[in-house]
Amino acid sequence: MAMKTLLKNKTTRTNGITYLVVIAVFAVMQVLNGAGLLGSSVKGYLVPICVYISLAVSLNLLVGICGELSLGHAGFMGIGAFSGIVIAALLQDTIPNDVMRLLCAMVGGGILAGVVGFLIGIPVLRLRGDYLAIVTLAFGEIMKNIVGNLYAGIDAQGFHMAISTSKMKLGEGGKYIINGPLGATGVQKLATFTMGFVLVLFTLFVVQNLVNSKEGRAIKAVRDNRIAAESVGINVTAFRMKAFVVSAFLAGMAGALFGLNYSSVTASKFNFNTSINILVFVVLGGMGNILGSVISATVLYVLPEAMRGLQDYRMILYAVVLIVVMLCTWSPKFKEKLSIVSEKIKSLFWGLFKKKEAGTNE
Amino acid sequence: MKKILALLLAALMVVGMLAGCGSSKTEAPKDAETKAPEAVAEAPAEGSAPALKIGLTGPLTGGASEYGLAVRGGMEIAVAEINAKGGLQIEFKAEDDEADGSDKAVSAYNSLKDWGMQILAGAVTTGSALAIAAETVNDQIFMLTPSASAVDVAMTGPNVYQMCFTDPNQGASAAELMAQKWPDATIGVIYDSSDAYSTGIVDGFLSKAAELSLNVAVDNAAFTADNKADLSTQVTQCKDAGCDIVFLPFYYTEASQVLTYANTIGYAPTFFGCDGMDGILAVEGFDTSLAEGLVLMTPFDANATDDATVSFVEQFKANNDGKVPNQFAADGYDVIYALYNACVAAGIDGSTPAADACAMLQEQFAGMTVDGLTGKGMTWDGNGMISKAPAAVVVTDGIYVPLA
Amino acid sequence: MRIFQYLINGISIGSVYAIIALGYTMVYGIAKMLNFAHGDIIMVGAYISFCVTNYLGLPAWASVLAAMAVCTVLGILIEGLAYKPLRGTPSLAVLITAIGVSYFLQNAAQLIWTSSPKNFTSVVTMKPISLFDGQIVITGEVLLTVGVSILVMVGLTLFTSKTRTGKAMRAVSEDRAAAQLMGINVNRTISTTFAIGSALAAVAGVLLCSTVPTLMPTTGSMPGIRAFTAAVFGGIGSIPGAMLGGILLGIIETFSKAYLSTQFSDAIVFSVLIIILLVKPAGLLGKQVQEKV
Repeated sequence: MAMKTLLKNKTTRTNGITYLVVIAVFAVMQVLNGAGLLGSSVKGYLVPICVYISLAVSLNLLVGICGELSLGHAGFMGIGAFSGIVIAALLQDTIPNDVMRLLCAMVGGGILAGVVGFLIGIPVLRLRGDYLAIVTLAFGEIMKNIVGNLYAGIDAQGFHMAISTSKMKLGEGGKYIINGPLGATGVQKLATFTMGFVLVLFTLFVVQNLVNSKEGRAIKAVRDNRIAAESVGINVTAFRMKAFVVSAFLAGMAGALFGLNYSSVTASKFNFNTSINILVFVVLGGMGNILGSVISATVLYVLPEAMRGLQDYRMILYAVVLIVVMLCTWSPKFKEKLSIVSEKIKSLFWGLFKKKEAGTNE
Repeated sequence: MKKILALLLAALMVVGMLAGCGSSKTEAPKDAETKAPEAVAEAPAEGSAPALKIGLTGPLTGGASEYGLAVRGGMEIAVAEINAKGGLQIEFKAEDDEADGSDKAVSAYNSLKDWGMQILAGAVTTGSALAIAAETVNDQIFMLTPSASAVDVAMTGPNVYQMCFTDPNQGASAAELMAQKWPDATIGVIYDSSDAYSTGIVDGFLSKAAELSLNVAVDNAAFTADNKADLSTQVTQCKDAGCDIVFLPFYYTEASQVLTYANTIGYAPTFFGCDGMDGILAVEGFDTSLAEGLVLMTPFDANATDDATVSFVEQFKANNDGKVPNQFAADGYDVIYALYNACVAAGIDGSTPAADACAMLQEQFAGMTVDGLTGKGMTWDGNGMISKAPAAVVVTDGIYVPLA
Repeated sequence: MRIFQYLINGISIGSVYAIIALGYTMVYGIAKMLNFAHGDIIMVGAYISFCVTNYLGLPAWASVLAAMAVCTVLGILIEGLAYKPLRGTPSLAVLITAIGVSYFLQNAAQLIWTSSPKNFTSVVTMKPISLFDGQIVITGEVLLTVGVSILVMVGLTLFTSKTRTGKAMRAVSEDRAAAQLMGINVNRTISTTFAIGSALAAVAGVLLCSTVPTLMPTTGSMPGIRAFTAAVFGGIGSIPGAMLGGILLGIIETFSKAYLSTQFSDAIVFSVLIIILLVKPAGLLGKQVQEKV
C-alpha cells in the first residue's frame, strides 16, 4: 500500500526511473565487460562518460534549476583534477589501498573546488544573467592560466610548489607532479568504472534530494520569480550560494576522477570549450531534467567517437547534428509537426488494434 | 518526455553508427587507407602475410590540425611508396585526437587498437603523446612519435621512441650555436608559456646560456595560446632592451606575426628559430623578404636537391594542392621508413602480435642507423631519444643556406 | 616614452576588440542572444577578403566590399535557418545553436581553405609614422582601426536613434510583444540586425587580420571571446560601451604584459574584469535595468 502511494508520487517515480536506468546500464556494461564483449574504445568511454554525466547533472542544478548561466564549470573540474592528482600522489605511501586513495582524492578535490566556489561565490553571486556568465568564464580562464604555469613536486624534503621552473628546486630523486604547460604527468591511473558509477549515483542522490527538498522548492521559486520569492521571505543569496557550492563540489569530484583516469592531464583541457560542451549536454537534455542530462551526456560524448569513420568530416557533421537536434527538440513549429505525426501513428496503430479486436470478437 | 524520445532516437543513431563502424572493419580499407589500393590488390601471393597495421593519432580537426594533417600527408606518401615496392605491405590509418591531452587522445588510440594496430606512429603533439605513451607501455605496443618532442614522452617507457629532437636538447644546441657565432650579442627570448614545446626549449636554452654566460637581456617575454593575437608588447620589450638576437622557439604561425610587427616598427635584430619555424617560407601570402636573415635550426629543407627530398616534395605537392611540405611531413615520412626498415630487418609482418613486434623493434632500434629526409645516420639511445645533427640554416633570397 | 608606445600597442589591439564588440553588442541588444558564432563570421570575412585580393587580384576596397556582401548573406542565412525557428524559446537554447553554428563554420573553413595558416596582406599601404627617432611608432592599421571603429560607433548610434528601422530595432529591444502590437515586423527587424552585425563582422575581420596577419580557421574564436568580454565590460547592449570596453581591455592587456607579467596576463586581465563588474555590475556604461515583477 505504502509502495503504491510512493509510486503515485510523480517526483519519486521520475527519480526512481533515473536510478533504475543508471543501475541497469551499469549492470549491462559490467556483464558485457565480464564476457569480454567490449572493445578497447567502448571500455575507454566508460569512465569519462560517468565524469561528464556528473558534470552535466551538477551544472543542471545551477543552470536548469537555479536558472544561473555558468560558463566556467570546467574550471571547477580542473581544480578537482589537479588537486585530486596531487592528493593521490602525496598519499601514495600513507594509504596503500588504491580505492581508498582514489576516494580521498575525489573528496579532497571536491572540497577544494567547493571552497573555491564559495570564495568566488561571495562576490560573484551579486551579479546575474549574462554578467554572472562572463564572470564564471573569467574565472575559468584565470584558473587555466594559473594552473598552466604551476609547478609542483615531491622530494625527500616533502612537497614543493612554485610558479616558474627557475623557482622550482627539487632535490635528488624528486618527482614532478604538475609540470607547467606539460600539465600533470606520470599520473598513476586509479579511476575505475565502478567508482564512476558510484560517483554518478552520489551526484544524482545529492542533486535530486536538494531539488526535491524544501530548499529545492525555494531555489525554483527564486528562479521563476526572484522578487516574488524575496517578498515571501526566501533568502535568495543563501540559496544561490548553496547551489553554487554544491555544484562546484560535485564538479571537483568528477574532475578528480577524470584526472586520475589518464596518465597525463593539461590545464588547457579545462578551457572554455569544455565548459561549453557540458552546457550543451545540459541544454540538450532539458533544463532541470536530470535524466535528460544523463542521457544527453552519454549520447553526445559517444556521438563524435562513433563518427570516427567519417574521418575529416566528422566534426562538421557533429556540428550539423547538434544544430538539427537543437531545432528538433526546441523549435515550437517542429514540435507541432512532430505531435501531428505521432498522433497519426497512434491513430493508425489504434485503428489496426481495434480492427483486430473486432475480428477476434466475431 | 518528447525530449527524451528525441534523445533516445539519437542514441539509436549512435548505436547504428557504431555497428556501421564495426562492420566496416572487415571491409576494404577506406579513406586514409585508400592511398594504396593497387598495392593491396597486388600483394605478393607467396608471402600472403596480412599487411602490417600502423596507426597514427594526431589533430586532424581544430586549431592544431595543421600539424596533424602534415604528418599524415608525409606518412601516406611513404606508405604508398613502400606498398608499390611489393614485399612487406603496410595498412595505415590515422585517427583524430584533436590535440587533446587526455580523453580524446586515449579514445583515438583505443579506436586504433580495436582496428588491430600493431605499431603506433604517433602522436603528433606532446600532450596527446604523454597520455598515449602510458597506454602503449601497458599494452606493449611500439611507439615512434614523429613530433612529440618533450623529454617526458621518451622517458615514459622503453617502448617509446622519438623521431624529433627533444626540446631541452634543441634549446641547448641553440645556446651553443649562439655562443659560437655571436658570443657578445644581447639576446632576447619570446616564448609561448602555455605550450610544452616552447617552454621545454626555453628551459634548455636558459640553463645552457647561463653555463656559457651568454648575455640574455629579456628572458620572460611570454605569451599564451589565449593572447597570442597581440605580440607587439613582447617585441617592444626586446627592442627596448637593445637585443641583437631574438630567440623565437615556437611555431611559424606566430613567428610570422613577430617578423611582421618588427618590420613595421623598424626593428631588425637577427631572429633565431627552432625546427618549429620550418614552414614559414611556405605560408601563403607571406612576404618572404621579412624572413631574410632569419636563422633557424631545422632538420629538413624542402629546397634540398637530393633525390629523396625532391621526389618527396613533388609527391607531397601533388597530393596537397601544391603545398610545400614542412618538417612535420618529413618527420612523418621518416617515421614510416624507420619502422619499415626495422620490421623488414626483424622479420615482422602483419601476423606478428603487437607485443612481440614491440620487443623485436626495441632490439632493432637499439642498433639501427637510419638515413632519412631529416638527417643522415640517425641513431637512438636507450631511452628512445634520437641523435641527429642539428643543421643551422639562414634564410637568404627566400631559401635556406647553411649557416657559415 | 616607452609607456606611450605601450599605450599605442594597447589601443591597436583594443580597437580591434572594440569593432568586434560593436557587432556583438548590437546583436545582443536587439535580439537578446549571445551570438557565439560572431567570431567565426569574422574569420569567414577575412578569408573572403584574402581570396579576393590574392586569387582574383582585386584591390583592397573591393575585397572589403565582397567580404561584407558574403558575410551579410551568411548572417541572414544563419539567422533564418538556425536562430529564427527558435524564436520565443529560452535564450540558452539559441546560445547552444549558436555554438553549433560556430563549430560548423570553423570546420567548414578547414575543409574549404585547409588548416594551413595564410598570411593576410594588410589593407593599409601607408608607411608607419615614426616619432622621436623611432621611439614611438604609430602604424597605419592603428589609425584605420580606431577611425573605423569610431565611425561605426557614431553610425550605429545615429542609425538606431534617427532612422525608422533603427527605431524599430530599439522598440524590439525594449519590448518585443509591444513592438509587434505596434505593427513592427519583429522577425524582419531581427534579420536586419543580423545582416548589419555580420557586415560589421566582415569589416572587423579585415581589420583584425590587417593588425594580426595570421589567418586560420580558428582565427576568430579567441578574439571573439575577448570581444564578448569587452562588450560586457563596457555594458552589454550599449554601443559606446562596447567601444570603451574594447579599447580599455586592449590597454589593460598590454600594460599587464609590459609591467606586471607576460605569463599571467590572462589571469590579470580577467581579474580586473571581475573587480570592475563587482563595482559596476552592469558594466561601465550599461544601464542598471530594474527587473519587472
